[in-house]
Amino acid sequence: MENFTPVESVIGGALIGLGALLLFIGSGRIAGISGIVSAALFNRQGRLWRLAFVLGILAGPLLVSALVPGFSYATPTLGWQVIVAGVLVGIGTGWGSGCTSGHGICGVSRLSPRSIVATLIFMLSGMLVATLLH
Amino acid sequence: MPLLIAFVAALLMSAGISYSQMIDPYKVLGFLTLNRNWDPSLVLVMAAALAVYSVGFWLFVGKDKPFFADNFNLPNKKDLDKPLVFGAMLFGIGWGLVGYCPGPALAAISSGSSATLVFVASMVAGWFISRKLAI
Repeated sequence: MENFTPVESVIGGALIGLGALLLFIGSGRIAGISGIVSAALFNRQGRLWRLAFVLGILAGPLLVSALVPGFSYATPTLGWQVIVAGVLVGIGTGWGSGCTSGHGICGVSRLSPRSIVATLIFMLSGMLVATLLH
Repeated sequence: MPLLIAFVAALLMSAGISYSQMIDPYKVLGFLTLNRNWDPSLVLVMAAALAVYSVGFWLFVGKDKPFFADNFNLPNKKDLDKPLVFGAMLFGIGWGLVGYCPGPALAAISSGSSATLVFVASMVAGWFISRKLAI
């Protein structure tokens, strides 16, 4: 557990919860990143607020790097697995109607049975694949 | 106002994803990979997010309407159907392969990393396929 970063995790997690809560209290909507961004790209209706949401997602790391000295993060190595993983994440969150934010945080908080089941499935299949491969 | 709320909400979420290092796919793989160096950080990220969101959600959900919209817009599907189960499984496989879920991958676009851009383009193609190909 040498890589465990509890303080950053709790602060960062609270920020994620706060942002999602703001969208619920302000606009009455579930802050599912995959659903909002894909609808911003593929649906004409309600595009404007979704594009504002996309801008916020893009701006997040820029804000943190302006405020936190030495902030940096790694990115994957380019290879076939990046393409396969991207397509699987896209199809999977499309069919499954949500990802880590919409199901994992909002849906589980709302005690939605669909979200609880989806979260258990993607956590388990993610762990299985990662543990077998890495 | 809805535009500002959407922007600030996503900015907070993405800042949280960044500050917690969940934007780093190797950090996420450290949680998904069960070995001696297992990193439980993601559990705390989820727990903190769930604590903040669920308290706020359940305090507010009984109200007539949100502050800046005419009504709540909540999913009302209840059945555990095939697209949900199969979709979540495929998502998990992709997540475990590289360590990116949609939020962190999109947030990392400004890194300019070609692998991140290829992942996002592939994910958008996947969204397109999921809309054309119903199961």
